[in-house]
Amino acid sequence: MNTTGTFSGPSHKVCWSCKGPVDAVALFCDTCNAIQPPGQVDHFARFGVTPGFVIDLDAIEARYIALQQVLHPDRFTTRTPREQALSQQQATSLNDAFETLKNPVTRAEYLLRMAGQAPEGGEGHTVNDPELLMEALEMREALSDATDRSAIDAMIRDVRGAARDCEADLASALNAGAYERAKKLATRLTYLQKMTQEARAKKTRLAAA
Amino acid sequence: MALLKIHEPGQTPMPHAEDRKLAVGIDLGTTNSVVAVSRDDTPEVLRDISGGAAIVPSVVYYGADGAVIVGADAFARINDDASRVVSSVKRLMGRGIEDVKSIAGTLPYHVEIPEDASANGDNGPVMVRLNVGDRVLTPVEVSADILRALKIRAESALEQDIEKAVITVPAYFDDGARTATKDAAKLAGIEVLRLVNEPTAAALAYGLDNGAEGLYAVYDLGGGTFDISLLRMQKGVFQVKATGGDAALGGDDFDHAIAEYLLADRRAQNLADDVDTSAAKRLLKTARGIKESLTVRDDIDITLDLNEVISTHHISRAQFDDMIRPLVDRTVAITERVLDDADILPDEIRGVVLVGGSTRVPMVRAAVAALFGQEPLSNIDPDEVVALGAALQADALTGGSGNLLLDVTPLSLGLETMGGIVEKVIDRNTPIPVAKGQEFTTYQDGQSAMMIHVVQGEREMVDQCRSLARFVLTGIPPMAAGAARIKVTFQVDADGLLTVSAREETTGVEQEVAVKPTYGINEGEMANMLRDSMVNARQDMELRLLTEARVEARRNILAVEAAMKMDQELLTSDDSKAINTAIDRLQAAMALDDRDVINDLAEALDGVSRPFAERRMDRGIRTALAGHNIDDVARR
Repeated sequence: MNTTGTFSGPSHKVCWSCKGPVDAVALFCDTCNAIQPPGQVDHFARFGVTPGFVIDLDAIEARYIALQQVLHPDRFTTRTPREQALSQQQATSLNDAFETLKNPVTRAEYLLRMAGQAPEGGEGHTVNDPELLMEALEMREALSDATDRSAIDAMIRDVRGAARDCEADLASALNAGAYERAKKLATRLTYLQKMTQEARAKKTRLAAA
Repeated sequence: MALLKIHEPGQTPMPHAEDRKLAVGIDLGTTNSVVAVSRDDTPEVLRDISGGAAIVPSVVYYGADGAVIVGADAFARINDDASRVVSSVKRLMGRGIEDVKSIAGTLPYHVEIPEDASANGDNGPVMVRLNVGDRVLTPVEVSADILRALKIRAESALEQDIEKAVITVPAYFDDGARTATKDAAKLAGIEVLRLVNEPTAAALAYGLDNGAEGLYAVYDLGGGTFDISLLRMQKGVFQVKATGGDAALGGDDFDHAIAEYLLADRRAQNLADDVDTSAAKRLLKTARGIKESLTVRDDIDITLDLNEVISTHHISRAQFDDMIRPLVDRTVAITERVLDDADILPDEIRGVVLVGGSTRVPMVRAAVAALFGQEPLSNIDPDEVVALGAALQADALTGGSGNLLLDVTPLSLGLETMGGIVEKVIDRNTPIPVAKGQEFTTYQDGQSAMMIHVVQGEREMVDQCRSLARFVLTGIPPMAAGAARIKVTFQVDADGLLTVSAREETTGVEQEVAVKPTYGINEGEMANMLRDSMVNARQDMELRLLTEARVEARRNILAVEAAMKMDQELLTSDDSKAINTAIDRLQAAMALDDRDVINDLAEALDGVSRPFAERRMDRGIRTALAGHNIDDVARR
């Protein structure tokens, strides 16, 4: 509620509760302690880390939990509806940021977008990487031929090994600003993740049969 | 009945000190229910007056004289008045006729299929009704009777009115079943602070009791449902990593397996049976006894008197194990999938918690131990652990403790797209609260409306998922096919409740629905049901708005006072006088009952303190605030 809207610069804004100045990225007002809206902060900044593909996920998760401990709606059950709504917005932003950074594919895509690049993918996007398509075909065939769980386990191990290598390549591509290569690698990683899921689903089906 | 307790202003110095009445935790189980309370981080179950059993059988007897009896006394009447006894009603919560047809044969009572069941229109599936003696009841009403009995038990044990509770539900309960549970609580005069997943509640109880840290699995096999959850516990935070289960798999199925064996064995002995519902109820009660005996014994001899035809049988533990093996294997397969979902290997699990009476069955324990390569924990009574955890969460939500639960969506949420295919918007096991949007477009030239069909479930096709709501976004201006940009946003709050909104981005046409699947109970019916228990619903609403106005006004005063203290030097004596007068007038109004006056005076306070606020902002600009970044979290 920037009633005195002229002050809403990038570094500070008006606290909705005491109407005084408050830092634009503050979670709580210094003066009246009221919870503030989440604001436009990138997912990395939300956890106080510099953007990059290689992250310390454990440290980020610890930070995520520390932040949820003070921002989660369960902490505001007896407060005013306005404070409850803000806490929900804060917790939602935190979850969004953490979920995006947690998965290497969404993390890579997010970094691409931060660099002004449009990642590949989305429904209906045709992959035109013949090598990847060939690899996909072979793996899918191997999966449909597999009849025992240990064979599938071996496949899952292989795919996960390939995914780890792909992540390392992705890290150096993003680091070097080789965005076209990074887009291709992100698509490949998406596909490797999907393969792992399909292999696991097949394993569950075999177990149920 | 007041839903909110009003304090006189001044008696509660801080807004959050509003209402510190006790709230209880309720495990509303398929077979048994338990109520517990937590004070000073110490939860305890509430027993009946004589200090007897903690568990209340989830069984209701509806007498011909209108009497409603809940618990052990109702269970005892199965033998002589079975047609008036309802049990395992939880299996029907939030279920439509179509769901129930598939399990109807396994239910110990007659299920009414309403006339209009086929014409299921836009109101969604029609709710099932039960014929009990001369009454026709919905599962919601039966559950409400159980909840009422638990409320009374809590009130007499704690010697105060109990109006708020945390109620547990299986993690795998869908939106329909959750809403039905909330409706039942409303009927019973209980405000639900939160529905908490049963395995999570169990983990809460264990976590605090044992000071546990690390990854834990909770294997919960109750009477009618199976749940498996993986949680990470650390320093008072319980983070659900993944959850899964089967809402129609439980110890009742073990009873059925035994009952079917007994009937088959009688047929083998050339004894013909015509099993009506009363006989079925008695047979299932016998089967349950056999199951319980076989948890401690290796075999058992049974004499069965059914329709006055007596037969004898012998069942060994090994035979029983064979009967239930397919069911136990199913739980293991589901557990493996959940581990995969979370990318966790069984040997990373620090401990396995067993919940639910069915985990007493030796074969179940052995299967869990084999899967995780360790003996499961069971030092808290598996019948009581869920209620104890619910009580802890009730305490946390009323401000009494610092524990925090970070939960996830148990099932994926999506939309119907062309050809009846489900497009997932929020995947299962996504942490809540969450908001996610997806863009769609029109597929016909000049299309002016779009049907939004919200579904829940993991399957690819709409008809295999549960339909939660349908609404139509109208007023789309005529455009070529594919030109409109319709953004559909799903928002799930910390309570797990879903709100869906749709917006045409080029014009801003917008529509929003709070998804509330009612399964045939329409608003009118609900109002009728409520009339009996809550005559003054309207009055309660007024009271709630008044309380909200007071809480908001109090927050306002505290904020202004904090600013006055912080930036004293910016305050002229005129300001100070005007603000203090406005505060006094507002406080006087807060002591009275007119919410409009309170709101007006709160606005007046805003007005007189504005010059002061503007001076604070001016100075803020000049000193060009720097510093305070995201690390200033600890402040509150």
